[in-house]
Amino acid sequence: MASGYDRALSVFSPDGHVFQVEYALEAVKRGTCAVGVKGKDIVVLGCEKRSAMKLQDTRITPSKIGLVDTHVCLAFAGLNADARILVDKARLEAQSHRLTVEDPVTIEYITKYVAGVQQRYTQSGGVRPFGISTLIIGFDPNDKTPKLYQTEPSGIYSAWKANAIGRSSKTVREFLERNHKDDMDREATIKLTIKSLLEVVQTGAKNIEIAIMAPGKLIEMLPVEDIEAYVKNIEQEKVEEAAKKKTGRPGTGNTSILATRAADE
Amino acid sequence: MEVLLGITGKDFTLVAASKAAMRGATILKASDDKTRALNKHTLMAFSGEAGDTIQFAEYIQANAQLYSMRNNIDLSPSAVAHFVRGELASSLRSRKPYNVNLLLGGVDPITDKPSLYWLDYLASLAPLPYAAHGYAQYYCLSILDKHHHPDIDYEQGLKILRMCTDELKRRLPIDFKGMLVKVITKDGIKEVEYDDEARIACP
Repeated sequence: MASGYDRALSVFSPDGHVFQVEYALEAVKRGTCAVGVKGKDIVVLGCEKRSAMKLQDTRITPSKIGLVDTHVCLAFAGLNADARILVDKARLEAQSHRLTVEDPVTIEYITKYVAGVQQRYTQSGGVRPFGISTLIIGFDPNDKTPKLYQTEPSGIYSAWKANAIGRSSKTVREFLERNHKDDMDREATIKLTIKSLLEVVQTGAKNIEIAIMAPGKLIEMLPVEDIEAYVKNIEQEKVEEAAKKKTGRPGTGNTSILATRAADE
Repeated sequence: MEVLLGITGKDFTLVAASKAAMRGATILKASDDKTRALNKHTLMAFSGEAGDTIQFAEYIQANAQLYSMRNNIDLSPSAVAHFVRGELASSLRSRKPYNVNLLLGGVDPITDKPSLYWLDYLASLAPLPYAAHGYAQYYCLSILDKHHHPDIDYEQGLKILRMCTDELKRRLPIDFKGMLVKVITKDGIKEVEYDDEARIACP
């Protein structure tokens, strides 16, 4: 047990830890997975949706992907209720920024703001940190380079080519490290996002959400049918690949048996 | 001598504002835009004290857009109008009230009904089929009374607007540098090509 140093938020433990912040990171690890991938001139967010209960109305249940401004999109992992507060603060800042300087926020600016709010909640009394990490994507005004940032409960923020947060994010990140290429086109970027999510989402297309941003365009939420098509395509490829591996081995006679086994795996 | 005009029709709302930015008797600019889009299908035109107008309009614009972002749906023109009235009314009772007159034109995104709201700096709100602010009222309301009809189409609306602006050119003692005209339909807000070079003869 942490012997009292995890009671008050703004108290260090003797070895330099702020336990509440580390617990917040734990809450993030238990949240559903979110993935962000940058392509050549596109950036994609993918989310694992928690499977809905039978009587739940999924059409009007809020999503894990939210718009901060027309050109900034945010996905989070962790405590949903905390995220609502943080997203709302970000939206207010985005409009306030427009009002004061007559320009939309840059992605870095709004990320810094979100991280700043999160940091503030690790250093003041009577509050607890936000139990969420966020991925913030979008395009700066008059700029065609995709942006992807991550923030953490401690207030750290960082830029990425592709990243994952939440449950089994390590597995997904490792997958992305192996498979991410620079200069991916739209199709490849979406496919990589879905493929990486499928590493940890068992139930397939109906538990995946995809948001796509392109320069100067509004956010596009990929319809379920399209996601299903991608998933089917990816699974097909996996089967073929597995079959090829087996048949490719020299001196194997009964290929058909091995191929069917690969499909079952 | 700022001119604000608004006309509703069958499926559109026309909003027109004079292009002159004035300070005292001096014209500073002849291409001023006295309108702000609040969301996809609500437009606000404003006149009054120079600093107040833009400050207030942009404040309202920011709040309308914040609402859209937070709730994933735009405020309807009537909702905006009542929100603006509330803001103006509380400002009126503050130490330094905004001195702003407004016209709010819009098309309801659900019912596709066009609407026009007249608001003055005393925060009185009136939904009207056609409206004007300032001296323009004296010259235009009679024309609109005679020619306006709720079922007019866009071309007829423009024709009536032309009658109004011609009359203003004829009778107003100061040149207001022509009108900036915008139309709101169910597809959004568009600027209208409006020729105001033509000289109007006075009897």
